[in-house]
Amino acid sequence: MGFSFFGGIHPKENKHYAQEAPIQEFPEPDVLVIPLSQHIGTPCNPLVKKGDRVLVGQKLGDNEGLCVPVHSSVSGTVKGVEMKAHTNGMTMMSVVIENDHLKQWDTSVQPRSRETVAAMSIQELMDIIREAGIVGMGGATFPTHVKLASGANKVNTLIINASECEPYIVADDRLCRECSGEIISGIQILMRILGLQTAVIAMEDNKPEAAKILKRTLNPKGGISLELLPTKYPHGAEKQLIYAITGRQVPSGGLPVDVRCAVVNIATCKAIHDAVYEGKPLTHRVVTVSGDIVMAPKNLLVPIGTSFNDLMEAVGVRENPYKVLSGGPMMGVTQYDLSVPVVKGTNAVTFLGRKNRYTVSHAQCIRCGKCIEVCPMQLMPLTMYQAAFSGNTQEMRDSNLMDCIECGCCAYSCPACVPLVLAFRSGKHHLRSEKKK
Amino acid sequence: MAHMKYFYELTISSSPHVHGPVTTQTIMRDVLIALAPALLGSVYFFGFRALVMTLVSAAACVFFEWAYCKLMKKDCKVYDMSAVVTGVLLSFVCPVTIPYWMLIIGDFFAIIIVKMLFGGIGRNLVNPALAGRAFLFSWPVAMSTWVAVGYENAFGIFDSVTVDTVTAATPMGIMHQGSMEGIRISDLFFGNIGGCIGETSALLLLIGLAYLLIRRVITVRIPLAYIGTVALLAFLFPQGGNDRFAWMAAQVFGGGLMLGAIFMATDYVTSPVTHLGQIIYGIGCGVLTILIRYFGGYSEGVSYAILIMNCCAVLLDRLGSPKKFGAPKKEVSGR
Repeated sequence: MGFSFFGGIHPKENKHYAQEAPIQEFPEPDVLVIPLSQHIGTPCNPLVKKGDRVLVGQKLGDNEGLCVPVHSSVSGTVKGVEMKAHTNGMTMMSVVIENDHLKQWDTSVQPRSRETVAAMSIQELMDIIREAGIVGMGGATFPTHVKLASGANKVNTLIINASECEPYIVADDRLCRECSGEIISGIQILMRILGLQTAVIAMEDNKPEAAKILKRTLNPKGGISLELLPTKYPHGAEKQLIYAITGRQVPSGGLPVDVRCAVVNIATCKAIHDAVYEGKPLTHRVVTVSGDIVMAPKNLLVPIGTSFNDLMEAVGVRENPYKVLSGGPMMGVTQYDLSVPVVKGTNAVTFLGRKNRYTVSHAQCIRCGKCIEVCPMQLMPLTMYQAAFSGNTQEMRDSNLMDCIECGCCAYSCPACVPLVLAFRSGKHHLRSEKKK
Repeated sequence: MAHMKYFYELTISSSPHVHGPVTTQTIMRDVLIALAPALLGSVYFFGFRALVMTLVSAAACVFFEWAYCKLMKKDCKVYDMSAVVTGVLLSFVCPVTIPYWMLIIGDFFAIIIVKMLFGGIGRNLVNPALAGRAFLFSWPVAMSTWVAVGYENAFGIFDSVTVDTVTAATPMGIMHQGSMEGIRISDLFFGNIGGCIGETSALLLLIGLAYLLIRRVITVRIPLAYIGTVALLAFLFPQGGNDRFAWMAAQVFGGGLMLGAIFMATDYVTSPVTHLGQIIYGIGCGVLTILIRYFGGYSEGVSYAILIMNCCAVLLDRLGSPKKFGAPKKEVSGR
């Protein structure tokens, strides 16, 4: 154990902003916008209509296929089912709910005793996870039950991702410190489903307090170990994490299951515990609201559907934000409309000030090769950039553009400030649309 | 709507939204800092004319790049300081006796012909400073008139230096005849010899190398492969029946090898970017340097060796493409 992946960078961590802020329950907003697609896959069909009264944990939408349901995070009245701005930059069919602040739970939400859970079959557990609408909460939002189903009998290593390598974000750190018991119990359910005796929690060594608490909780329980990784971005990237723990390389274009691994985010483990033992669907999540212009950075337990505007008011900003990100500064998505809601994959909302500006006009590569030195996929970003810029499909394929994980190490390190990741995104988009033709 | 005021002011862009501390400008600044010890040495060995030459050359390069951009209505990037580096390096590879006007013509060739006409920074095929030097060999006598150290005050800053000035053979010239008569390795190492103004002191250039390595501006691959190859070949094939070790030391510390290997061959734009490519490139430079020194008509081969290898940089990158993460065996990344 303890393999070091190639490349990587050490951006300013800026974790201190919110690292010592305990998780606070966010005062519920009056209006929530809950998108019917918060996962990778088929969007949900609405199960409610304008004027319906909904309760906390009630299903708002569901669908067949690669899909998980979405639930109401408050009780109140449906004001409409309409297209609303989404954090991914598009608009999405969403359920708008007016909160009545009564916090009435749906009758389907019933806790289960340890004995009941112990007697359950694996299929029953998987059904609970699906019905609770659980997806990968690190940002990928892939339906967890599908990942588990595809991994059953194939996976021999379960890795719990608590590396949290993005600057500013400390939501998982806080969760480990404050909910370690629930996390461990969630991991045990995962181990049961996958038929494994062991699991590894992978964490970067910049979270000593969380590591201490997890270790203390782990001691009496068997099978789960904690692996501390040296802090280096992007340790949280699935392929790099698997390599760091096992030394196995996920093949190009492949999935973790191809090297008999499953990676689950630590917040997802907590959600699994809540779903199985408390019967609660995924309606709330911990969000780090931070940034260099934020006055009081916080970790908030937020009802899904809360707008970024409400979060900004809760923390306060010192100046007009230059960028507002869903996620952290390395891979986060800039928002143009702060009415967008927190969704299942929103682990942070980051407000950046103007001093982070770095773009230049007519950036020109100087062939320094720094992008090659830092690329964790061992690609040649400068060649990929030329290919993407040329628009030549064959050249793009030859440059291995599709292997790029868009971690941003190259663009971060590029002295000429060449917009590498932007070019790779549009190049990949071009290749994908070419493939569809 | 209290929130509306933010609505239109938000910037939309692709990630990442933060940038590291290194920019083209900081890199060029670091290169200039690394060149400073050698510049001070040149003043010590050759007098203040060396400093004035360097300043004139740097100023001329900056002016030519700025004027070209203005004239052609192009985006002017002269603030990145790469033109300053070119100017300093070009003066470093000229003898102290060169007339200023000639130096300025070299600057013109380096910046306008070699750099800007090919598209500016990042686009040139060969190192501008070395190409400028090669062009200046249109005046072979002026480019190979060496003054003996100790005569630094024989000519003033504004003197028009003529060929009649005290001349002396450089160690490279002596060694070209297969002889090592009167050559002391310590003189070569500390720079107490005749030659181009920036190249004489191996020690001061190595200090610059250490700085560049610490600041991670360059990696050790190219200089090590280059100097190592020259050392090995000199050790294996000493000429004129000389002692192997002395011959090797003289070949390594003499001439322009240190300046070339540390500052010229490592020029980003004209050297390979892949690890393997860089090593092959360094070895190629070393082999060519020895071949030119041993069998060429001129006593020094560093600048031509680098210029030739510059042309192979892109090809070497194809050879040295790394194996991508998760690639099946044999398949390589890049082209």
